[in-house]
Amino acid sequence: MKAQGPVTGEDPFNAFITRCEWKPGGKGMLAGIMVAVKDNISTRGIPTSCGSRILEGYTPPYNAHVVDLILREGAGIAGKTNMDEFGMGSSTENSAFGPTKNPADPSRVPGGSSGGSAAAVAAGMVPMALGSDTGGSIRCPAAFCGIVGLKPSYGRVSRYGLVAYANSLEQIGPLARTVREVSLLMEVISRYDPRDSTMGDRPFTPRLTGEVKGLRIGAPAEFFGAGVDPAVGESVREAIGLLEQSGACVVPCSMPSMAYALAAYYVTCTSEASSNLARFDGVRYGTPDDIRKPWHDAFREVRAKGFGEEVRRRILLGTFALSAGYYGKYYAKAQAARRNVSADFARIFRDVDVIAGPTMPTVAFRIGEKTDPLSMYLSDILTVPANLAGIPAVSVPCGKVNGLPVGLQIMGKPLEDERVLDVAYAYEQGAGR
Amino acid sequence: MTVIIGLEIHCQLTTRTKLFCGCSTDYRNDPPNTHTCPICLGLPGTLPCLNRKAVEYALRVAKALNCTVLEEAEFARKNYFYPDLPKGFQITMYDRPLAVDGHLEIEADNGTEKRIRITRVHMEEDPGRLVHVGSGDRPRYSLVDYNRSGIPLIEIVTDPDLRSPKEARRFINTLRTTLEYLGVFDGDREGGLRVDANISMERGSRVEVKNISSYKGVEKALTFEITRQRNVIRRGLSVERETRHFLEARGVTTSARSKEEEHDYRYFPEPDLRPLRVREWCDAIVLPELPAARRVRFADSFGVSPSHARTLCGDLKLADFFEEVVVCGDPILAATWVADTLLGEVYYRDMEIARVPAGHFVELLRLLKKKEITDKGGVEVLRAILDQSARGEVPETPATIVARLNLGKAAGDAFGPVIREVVESCPAAVQDFRNGKPEALNYLVGQAMKRTRGRADPKELARMIREAIGGSGVTG
Amino acid sequence: MVSPDDVEKIANLADIRLSGDRLGEFTREFNAILEYFDILDTVAEEAGEKRGEFNIMREDEVTPSLPQGEVLALPRDSEEGFIRAPRVME
Ligand SMILES: [Zn+2]
Repeated sequence: MKAQGPVTGEDPFNAFITRCEWKPGGKGMLAGIMVAVKDNISTRGIPTSCGSRILEGYTPPYNAHVVDLILREGAGIAGKTNMDEFGMGSSTENSAFGPTKNPADPSRVPGGSSGGSAAAVAAGMVPMALGSDTGGSIRCPAAFCGIVGLKPSYGRVSRYGLVAYANSLEQIGPLARTVREVSLLMEVISRYDPRDSTMGDRPFTPRLTGEVKGLRIGAPAEFFGAGVDPAVGESVREAIGLLEQSGACVVPCSMPSMAYALAAYYVTCTSEASSNLARFDGVRYGTPDDIRKPWHDAFREVRAKGFGEEVRRRILLGTFALSAGYYGKYYAKAQAARRNVSADFARIFRDVDVIAGPTMPTVAFRIGEKTDPLSMYLSDILTVPANLAGIPAVSVPCGKVNGLPVGLQIMGKPLEDERVLDVAYAYEQGAGR
Repeated sequence: MTVIIGLEIHCQLTTRTKLFCGCSTDYRNDPPNTHTCPICLGLPGTLPCLNRKAVEYALRVAKALNCTVLEEAEFARKNYFYPDLPKGFQITMYDRPLAVDGHLEIEADNGTEKRIRITRVHMEEDPGRLVHVGSGDRPRYSLVDYNRSGIPLIEIVTDPDLRSPKEARRFINTLRTTLEYLGVFDGDREGGLRVDANISMERGSRVEVKNISSYKGVEKALTFEITRQRNVIRRGLSVERETRHFLEARGVTTSARSKEEEHDYRYFPEPDLRPLRVREWCDAIVLPELPAARRVRFADSFGVSPSHARTLCGDLKLADFFEEVVVCGDPILAATWVADTLLGEVYYRDMEIARVPAGHFVELLRLLKKKEITDKGGVEVLRAILDQSARGEVPETPATIVARLNLGKAAGDAFGPVIREVVESCPAAVQDFRNGKPEALNYLVGQAMKRTRGRADPKELARMIREAIGGSGVTG
Repeated sequence: MVSPDDVEKIANLADIRLSGDRLGEFTREFNAILEYFDILDTVAEEAGEKRGEFNIMREDEVTPSLPQGEVLALPRDSEEGFIRAPRVME
């Protein structure tokens, strides 16, 4: 199959960085379906920029495992979607290719960092898309755009070919308008890949029964606390109430480690990022500086020209957190915090089958509204715990506030991706009746 | 002033593939960047995948060095930016290495056995190779070849137990032999071994010398550095704690100024790899016979002298060769001819032992044993075989060479005319001998040897000459 | 609290250039974020060990490397099979 791109055409929400038309070939579970692929997932022969200038001119000579898998099942590739540079953002405003707009309200952000994938699906340009979720980057835009997005359990989908931002936290996952489509795409992309040492061979078996009788749902108070828009909280409580009407029961629980989960997340992801992004030196690919300059000067120049502000900020934060004298206070503590988050989940999951709460504390905010980095970071508070613990989490639309979509987040025990999708399916079916 | 030396030795392991990808490690005669893939080029999105064989090799080393394998070892990232480092970090081991607390026995300067403690053994990946274009200190730019990128390395760190450059060299030789016996290292591979050394004088600051990339370089670099430090102290100054580079070509160390000193590598666990729990695996590994055991066996079962045993076992290929030719039936003769004669001839030709046909050598030893040729004739036969091998020819058999060069030890009376010729042409020497100067006989034997082109046994010639000139009051 | 000097030191270590006028602003943002991170001081150290998989390895089997042409098509500069890089000094 050859790339028929670049294809131009209507892209009113700036969902794509590169459009192409890798036409579906042959039969398979995804025969004839055009899939949009986030631009940090490597595609042989199609530029993969991660929303960054620094990768200008780079075209991978290989496919990510998930790309091989969808092509093998007959899918086509509609293009590479816009994103916050290297996944660093929650609004898709931090892209070298300009912000993506939310199809539900073009004056608002689509969420991020997989904002392009979510917008392309929400706008009906493609039926399904691939995104990646490091701290909410699939669920946040799914919630803001009013579609379904799954962050799989850590180790359930191969990361081979996903340009790393924070290796220990992120997973590739599906976005689509319905749970059934998300489940279908998940079934394809979760096939085993020995090239990813953090992946296990655990085939995904779709199980959409829509049955929640006897299901125990935990709704930790911390997911409805300070910072969460009361209207959003109310929408989500109503959604949980609907599941109760279908036979589920709500079990009270609390998650004290939420107090430091976000800090642990940002220390970890910036630390890993500071190391991951060191390879972009313009030597083996990309655009080098003057090779007659001394190495460090040239390297600095490449990074100054190529990286956006948020990326540079996170590299600095991560460098700091790992540096001599601060490692113990930041990186090591963040790992201890992370273990506490996992332990909290494990404790809660002794009494409940899934945990439910809002995906995002608010509905989509306006483009340009959040200028302070910390306030942007705070919007990830409800999504990062699942990444820290490596558990599956899905966002499914649950009504609107001020005409803007709200997402219901359902988190499950490690490797119970099938179950969180089944609960989401039950809600989707119940809400649709 | 006591000298205190510790070493960090990096050795390339001889696995078929690289540490984290399936690229072949056999790149030495190939053009640059022909043994690379998205993984060892560090392309965005790639992930490392650990080579089981490399871990097994590293465990063999840990076990042979009497180390304790950690309950859980872990790869870590060492972050620094350099164009030969495709990911901007090196995957290595940091606070949880593969193994710690071992030792290796070497021969000390005074000839006794000495135990050198091993601090730790860990695994890591080799960076690519840089070539500088332009001259001297200011290259115009650099060229990178990533064929070497990702070759598995084992790093062995010693305690500061070495006391002289000679001892350090002997440690490295012993280590090299041990690694070769383990089947994990090829000492003949160019660039297969690199050493960093820490040197200090008693109570002085520690200086690290980096970049030593040959066996001989270790002794040279250390000797230079010790002289330098002694001179600094003699002038009443104190040795600065620093990192220095060894410039092989000039045989000197120079200060590595600047940034390098304050490196902060920001190590953290490699998130793309899982930890190793390999203690049980290590316990189950059965090591091959190591040099010390082989020396004992050579002495016990073949009666080989301790010094010959040391020479033979000090090189795996030499020891293997000896075991192949010992079937000649005379182990002591075989040991002498392999350890002394053959080794010298092979070194002289810079030739590999592997290229010497063992069958020919056995036949040569049999001729010597049956005294069908003299030692001198034997050397000529050997040289002919080696020269032909070196030229890539199939060497003639020793019997053919003996016949061709007429080296067969002739019957005594065949030399009658030669003896008569010598006696007649050297009347002065004959007279000296008769007058009681025994060294004159040596001269006459030498003349006779020359004329027989080494085919005769010198002792036999001496007897015949004495007989011919007779009437001496001197006993031979 | 970190000072502009500290931030500059980290920027040097990270090879990230910060222009003088941005340094003050960056330091303020940095401090706000670090202050938020201080909550980590409350985390108990004796948190449970994280138990995951271990001994994930592959066999020592050669797989094809990329053709040299494909490797050299990626960088902007190459020379006789080598990839050109800015000059490094020993
Ligand atoms: Zn490779």
